Amino acid sequence: MKKLWKGNEAIAEAAVAAGCRYFFGYPITPQNEIPEYLSWRLPEVGGAFIQAESEVSAINMVYGAAGAGARCMTSSSSPGISLKQEGISYIAGAELPCVIVNIMRSGPGLGGIQPAQGDYFQATKGGGHGDYHPIVYAPCSIQEFVDITYSAFDIADKYRTPVMIIGDGMLGQMMEPAEIPPMRDLSTLPDKNDWAACGHSDGIPRIINSLRIEADENEEFNLRLFEKYAVIAQNETKHEYYEIDDAEIVFVAYGSVARICKAAVVELRANGIKAGLIRPITLYPYPTDAVAEVAKKDCVKKFITVEMSMGQMVEDVRLAVNGLKPVEFYGRCGGNVMMPADLVKYVKEGK
Amino acid sequence: MQKLTISGFGGQGVLSLGKFISYSAIEQNLNTSWLPSYGPEMRGGTANCSVIYSAEEIAAPVIDKADILIAFNEPSLDKFENTVREGGIIIVNSDIVKKETTRKDVKFYQIPVDTLASAINKRGANVYTLGLLLPIFGDISEEAAIHAVEHVFESKPKVIPSNIECLKAGIAYMKDLLK
Repeated sequence: MKKLWKGNEAIAEAAVAAGCRYFFGYPITPQNEIPEYLSWRLPEVGGAFIQAESEVSAINMVYGAAGAGARCMTSSSSPGISLKQEGISYIAGAELPCVIVNIMRSGPGLGGIQPAQGDYFQATKGGGHGDYHPIVYAPCSIQEFVDITYSAFDIADKYRTPVMIIGDGMLGQMMEPAEIPPMRDLSTLPDKNDWAACGHSDGIPRIINSLRIEADENEEFNLRLFEKYAVIAQNETKHEYYEIDDAEIVFVAYGSVARICKAAVVELRANGIKAGLIRPITLYPYPTDAVAEVAKKDCVKKFITVEMSMGQMVEDVRLAVNGLKPVEFYGRCGGNVMMPADLVKYVKEGK
Repeated sequence: MQKLTISGFGGQGVLSLGKFISYSAIEQNLNTSWLPSYGPEMRGGTANCSVIYSAEEIAAPVIDKADILIAFNEPSLDKFENTVREGGIIIVNSDIVKKETTRKDVKFYQIPVDTLASAINKRGANVYTLGLLLPIFGDISEEAAIHAVEHVFESKPKVIPSNIECLKAGIAYMKDLLK
């Protein structure tokens, strides 16, 4: 039976259902319901919740728990995610699986607590130092929050990589009906005994480290990491097309903004304007081919990338479209949210 | 499909009225979204939420033109009256909101919700208002709303009967008005 779930709490329960038993975090609006929920829920299922003394500390606890083979996660919102970046780079460098949730608010700096999408670059281009990318998912509904969170831990384990799920304050705070999948039997979780520092490796030392001081060794590691990213791109890239078949005006948007675009598509079509939407579900790997295919179609006149930022994903859209069609940008920022009517007006009047 | 903006002082049950509507919609097998205001606009006392229900998939959870505005205080009426669609409905709690709407193209109901509800249950204003809405909606049954009330008050079963009474009184009051 579907229940009414708040976005943040749905993520938390889906993580528990997925077998996550360890959470480390530090409070920040608008994601506080995630740690709040897990603070009582994890002890119920024999797990542990720790409110760390800082975000830096929390992500390093994730580093440690992941290194010990535990299914673990952290969550925060934009400024807190910035603080975690060093740790995320180390986790990527040590090839450890974990899930990181960013319920974005507006920036830069402390910014505001209202919804925004200004952390696209940070999430997808490797917010910390060095050549790495987490897998980045951008769900657009509470049910999709649940489904993606539920599978994210398996994806992280499969590729031994950090997985980031990004939403915004609107998705975190809103409620929708959703169904949580069944509780995962912990005995079915992947066996990590061949690499994790879990204390019973028959006397064979295990080293979890991201230090590779020899240039050749580190280059080899980087090359291997990017071979892995190529496999991830092959297997895990996800997008949704909406009303794209005969579309002349194509919106590209992710997360909550994609839903606002959907409403605009419906209204534009009711007004005789053939609009459609490409919704990337993975932001890294980016569904470049899905955008490029649409760009090749004769009926498509232009793309409009819509974001709650000054324009970040638009760069990936332009790379994918590769000059075949014009790519315009419509954005709101600072915590303001565009309305479907704003997009209808933009398409009709060009502003 | 209905798009509602519900607004008032924090503590007036604005957010929980929205949840009652969403729960009722679920009980009726409809899709629904509930989007609360949070953050700076809540400071200074007003809280609001956007509630949508529909037989179709709900695209945007934000509302640019509401079908119905429920204003529990005057700042809410001022702030949101111009966001109601032409031919839409504005309901104010006339125990608190003493002024009229400036809109000429909407149906305007002034209902002393606090007075009417408190005769049955001092904390029943939001469930009473849910009752007022059902005859307007037309597509959510009394039974679904009763299930929603039972669900929300699952942990406080003592208050369920008086809330159901509030719900029924609200339904009867609006049915009378619509006659």
